[in-house]
Amino acid sequence: MSATQPFVFLGCLELNELLPQEAHDARELLDQIALVPIESIFCHTSASLLRRPVLAEAYPNDFALWVGSEIRDVRLAERLAGVDAFEAGSMERVREELIAIISDHLQHLGAAPPRTQGKRFRFFQIHLVPVPTGHQARTLAEFRDALAEVDVSALFYHTIEARYRSGRGRGDFAEWVGGALGLAELAERLAHIDPHAGSLERIRDRHLSVLTDALPGGDF
Amino acid sequence: MAQGSLVKLDDYRQVAPRGTIDFLMRIGERLRGRRIVHVNASRYGGPVVEALNRVVPILSDLGVETTWEVTIGTADFDQVSRAVSKALAGTEQVITEVMLARLRETGVENARRLQLDADLVMVHDAPPLHLVEERTDAARWVWRCHQDLSSAQPQLWNALRPIIQRYNAAVFSLARFAAPLSIPRFIVYPSIDPLSERNREMTRAEQAVQMDRLRVPRDKPILLQVGPFERQHDPLGVINAYRLVKKHHDVRLVLAGPSPAPGGDVLGDVQEAASRDPDIAVIVLPPDPQVELNALERAATIAIQKPLKADFTIEVATAMWKGKPVIGTIAGGIPFQMVVNVTGYTVETVEGAAFRIRQLLSNPELIGRMGAAGREHVRRNFLVTRRLSDYMALLAHLTR
Repeated sequence: MSATQPFVFLGCLELNELLPQEAHDARELLDQIALVPIESIFCHTSASLLRRPVLAEAYPNDFALWVGSEIRDVRLAERLAGVDAFEAGSMERVREELIAIISDHLQHLGAAPPRTQGKRFRFFQIHLVPVPTGHQARTLAEFRDALAEVDVSALFYHTIEARYRSGRGRGDFAEWVGGALGLAELAERLAHIDPHAGSLERIRDRHLSVLTDALPGGDF
Repeated sequence: MAQGSLVKLDDYRQVAPRGTIDFLMRIGERLRGRRIVHVNASRYGGPVVEALNRVVPILSDLGVETTWEVTIGTADFDQVSRAVSKALAGTEQVITEVMLARLRETGVENARRLQLDADLVMVHDAPPLHLVEERTDAARWVWRCHQDLSSAQPQLWNALRPIIQRYNAAVFSLARFAAPLSIPRFIVYPSIDPLSERNREMTRAEQAVQMDRLRVPRDKPILLQVGPFERQHDPLGVINAYRLVKKHHDVRLVLAGPSPAPGGDVLGDVQEAASRDPDIAVIVLPPDPQVELNALERAATIAIQKPLKADFTIEVATAMWKGKPVIGTIAGGIPFQMVVNVTGYTVETVEGAAFRIRQLLSNPELIGRMGAAGREHVRRNFLVTRRLSDYMALLAHLTR
């Protein structure tokens, strides 16, 4: 099977901008989360995947990591780690969830929240510049082969950033496989690959595995 | 214009993450015709010059017309520059109005002389800072600060901040090094060049020759700290950690650093402490010791970085690139280069360092595993290919 519209792989350049907002404890973290640009919430939740090492750290977003490692509030860290930016649908919804969790935690704390003795939380925002990688595909086999070769930022752009850009709740890969190739079941399998699985390379491997399973030794 | 190197972007295919080189070429196509000029105050020596030597020709190869200009100044300007750099790094200096005027005059004079016609003008560090006073609005100007400004001398910072705020943006190596500014502040980590003399692959035979030249036997595990023989790099603390380890493991300690400037160093104390132990080697490195350090880092079993105060300390990444676990303090950029408990350990005390060294020596498989994880971590985050990408992102973002 060949698609009329080829899939054009885009990678992305990233530029990290340091914002003036900082936090030394959970109360300040709450105040600043309410204030920072929405791109900053994206930077510290979904986009933390761009920086995740091959062996994933304990928690999947920067807020939970900082609360766990710097102010050593494991209970709050675990609750923040539970915020699923990929399920939430929008970054504003993620912001609301973060605010609700920290507010509730502070209400039940009964004492002043502990302050960091080490690193303060510094807020960033991320600027992404999409750039064509030069790879495109019309068949599933071409798609798999290109996916194995592209810069890892293409995985981020098409599986993570796309969810917010398009507002569809699933990435570009699943959308193209389901729409242009008409492979609805395979599209569902791609859409359900867990972005929390680890690094972007691991997400690539999961995609390749699913695609290879769907290719019984020949082209579609 | 400074001379470039013969290394081509294609040579990095063997070491960069998959897809990276092709992607850089695509980015270059998109930015083709745009121009960057880098300006600094020196053509020779130091990590900024090393990086520019590599970055400038490769960016040009990619289609981004990139040049490198160097400011010139009188001997008293060089003195002022050194004092200003020290004061920005937090070492108290006497900076007079006359000195500030010299800094400004030299900057303005150079601005009239240098070829600064570009889409992006990137000015490195404080000495050429005043170039921006002669800027035209056509270009975007970026101040690239490689120093830690977190404890800059307040009076000097107050004098320089209005000048810096005439730039369109500032770039720092770490968030903790950045000072408050009203312009956008971006973070670009330093990087290592995997094809440089310091980091290129080295045969065992060549390594052996270098180690023999440095008179370091390879008969037992080697603990290595590379860094200046200064109190803030705590070489004596490293010796004390080694002594705690030595009760349990037969190891050798190598402390290697540049020849210290007179005053303020602890080389004499280090040599005295090492004089009664043949398993401690204190090596005062020759100028430009790239090959020597390459050999030492490859021969090491564990790399140590135990400064009390530090800059980015890219030596962490250079050791990790050679597959070595790193035991480091939380000073400067050290913890930002490591994945703690995966590529090495952070410690705060002599005892902590000794404990982690013993832990690794008792678990050789952990040394291999951490070393391999460290090399991969550097491959993805601290190679010069990533810096090229960051600079092109800056160009794309600021000139969009």
